[in-house]
Amino acid sequence: MTVAGRPPERERGGAALLDAVLRFRALGLLVALVLLVAVTWLANSRFLSAQSIRDILLATALTLLLACGMTMVVVGRGIDLSVASVLGLSAFGTATVLADHPGLPVPLAALVGLAIGAACGTVNGLVIAYGRVPALVATLGTLYVFRGLVYFLAGGSRISAGELPRGFLDFGTARVLGVPWLFLIAVAVLLAVGEFLRRHRAGRDLYAIGSHEEAARLAGLPIPSRLLLAYVVSGTLAGLGGVLYAARYGTVDASAGYGMELDIVAAVVVGGVAIFGGSGSVYGAALGALLLTVINNALPVLGVDPFWQRAVVGALIIAAIALDRLVALRVAASLRGRDDAHVH
Amino acid sequence: MSTENAARWPRLPRRLAGWDAAVVALTVLTLLVASGAVDEFGTTRNATFLILDLAPVLLLALPMTLIVVSGEIDLSVASTVGLTSALMGELWAGGLPLETIVPLAVLAGAVLGAFNGLLVTVLGLPSLAVTIGTLALYRGLAYVLLGDTAVADFARDYTRWANGSLGGGWVPNVVPPILLLVVAFALALHATPVGRAIFAMGANDTAAAFAGIPVERTKFLLYVVSGAVAGLVGVYWTLRYSTARADNAEGLELTVVAAVLLGGVSIYGGRGTLLGVVAGVVLLTSLQNALRLAKVSADALTVITGTLLILSVLLPNVSAALGARLRRRTPAPPPSPSPPTPAARTAVPLPEPTRRDGRP
Repeated sequence: MTVAGRPPERERGGAALLDAVLRFRALGLLVALVLLVAVTWLANSRFLSAQSIRDILLATALTLLLACGMTMVVVGRGIDLSVASVLGLSAFGTATVLADHPGLPVPLAALVGLAIGAACGTVNGLVIAYGRVPALVATLGTLYVFRGLVYFLAGGSRISAGELPRGFLDFGTARVLGVPWLFLIAVAVLLAVGEFLRRHRAGRDLYAIGSHEEAARLAGLPIPSRLLLAYVVSGTLAGLGGVLYAARYGTVDASAGYGMELDIVAAVVVGGVAIFGGSGSVYGAALGALLLTVINNALPVLGVDPFWQRAVVGALIIAAIALDRLVALRVAASLRGRDDAHVH
Repeated sequence: MSTENAARWPRLPRRLAGWDAAVVALTVLTLLVASGAVDEFGTTRNATFLILDLAPVLLLALPMTLIVVSGEIDLSVASTVGLTSALMGELWAGGLPLETIVPLAVLAGAVLGAFNGLLVTVLGLPSLAVTIGTLALYRGLAYVLLGDTAVADFARDYTRWANGSLGGGWVPNVVPPILLLVVAFALALHATPVGRAIFAMGANDTAAAFAGIPVERTKFLLYVVSGAVAGLVGVYWTLRYSTARADNAEGLELTVVAAVLLGGVSIYGGRGTLLGVVAGVVLLTSLQNALRLAKVSADALTVITGTLLILSVLLPNVSAALGARLRRRTPAPPPSPSPPTPAARTAVPLPEPTRRDGRP
């Protein structure tokens, strides 16, 4: 479930050890998650009521969706800070189209949002992969540009639930066997991206590029097109996120999703995806997204001042990367110990 | 050593013709056009407000420049401003005099910066991830301190000083200390061994370490300085608006980073000038000010900021690539011992963002 970034052609023992570490990482997240849920449930049994679980799943769906795209980008040693702005642009665009053409079938409206996202992702990808602009600079720039476009289009107005067709809003709250549709969509995306990163050629290439771009270039990997793909997927998923955002909240203004990019990066980092590329899995990122959402929902139940939420998230990010570093040092030390065992 | 110098001299004019010179020119042009085209812009009254608005970004950009040149980044500065501001409010509400609070706030900023520095240097964690974590952590702690309340009744003498002008004229009181800091940072970066060391570690910190530069200690100190300056900005922000709130300066880190990059500092470290950064800050804030006066919506500014930021890196890259292609068409000149041209240098694949990962 967690195997990713396995270095090729490493000695067997080392690979197995790395495997074990990555498993341990996901296991740690899972244990933390279960403990948190258990403690919160003991404090208030309504935390595990069907409605409360549905709320958590709904809230996770958006983060999860964007975290999938972000994982692809970060694994290839990039970052996409523009996702929240893309989500805002897509949410507002989709809502505007639906408000103007109430007869439009919902899937077609969703395509509008996806197309907006794909276009934004293409801009990012072209500038980064072919223009050789560092990802942090490029997506910081498009964070401003795309958000500015939303404000420009909206001009202070908002689209309220009353202007959107009933069918679209129903889709935002619809459930299958009690599970929200939005969450199912996010899980489907998660499985697809997970499979892509794990087995597909282009997915493996992203790990190679993230581990050592120069080596990947010398090995003949088509680096620009792979990076472009990662940013287009990230943008498209943010576009899909915008559609789901509009369907779920009904009311959309220019600030939709504002500041969300940090939550997404946090989820990915907490989920064990190395910020400088080459390792991590989308399932880890999913666990990270779930953990952050559960924390947000559990703190009020536990009677903790809600003002603590951000501080806890920040502390969690630091703890996660510090733990990763310590484990990595341990592994490196133990691998060295194997190589020159005669020293001991 | 002598070849090193020979290689450096011809580079100087090219440097001046580079992006930082372009930003300085663009800034002067913006100021001229704005004073001509926008009625209110050229007035002394507006200049006062412009400088007061510009101060926090400029102050935060100074240590940020050094940190980015050294190959790292600090995204937590605005949260540090918020937390020190919240701390000021809490202490003031607790009855302490401002004479005690102000040094305490700066000290608190330095401690917050030291925490970043410890994580980055001692534990060797990537600064991008660390400071995204402390961005959330420090802002969260500010909310823990003040919640959604505000402390507003700061001593008049102080708030009046922060908003006042020298001798009742139009030059704000804060200008001399800010100028002093700008000059101090410019000298530190461009005229001291420490500054050379910062450039060296930004270009390659392993090589710098082998050259005897105390890389870790310098980076740690840079984060402490960054935190202390952020504490100072926290004090200024609180006094200027006479309110301590948990959301003070929220999101300002992106403006600061944008200004630094716009000023021609390479995000990969090792390249940049403080003059370019100062021009970048002035350009961003005066553009914002002029557009607001011209009743152009702030949205246009956001789009312009982002576009400028991307173009500042994209244009040199594209022109370098085109230049390389042109040279390849023309017959190759005989090999000469001269250093590679800037075009050829930038056409080479960009270095990796961090070298820390590769180390055992």
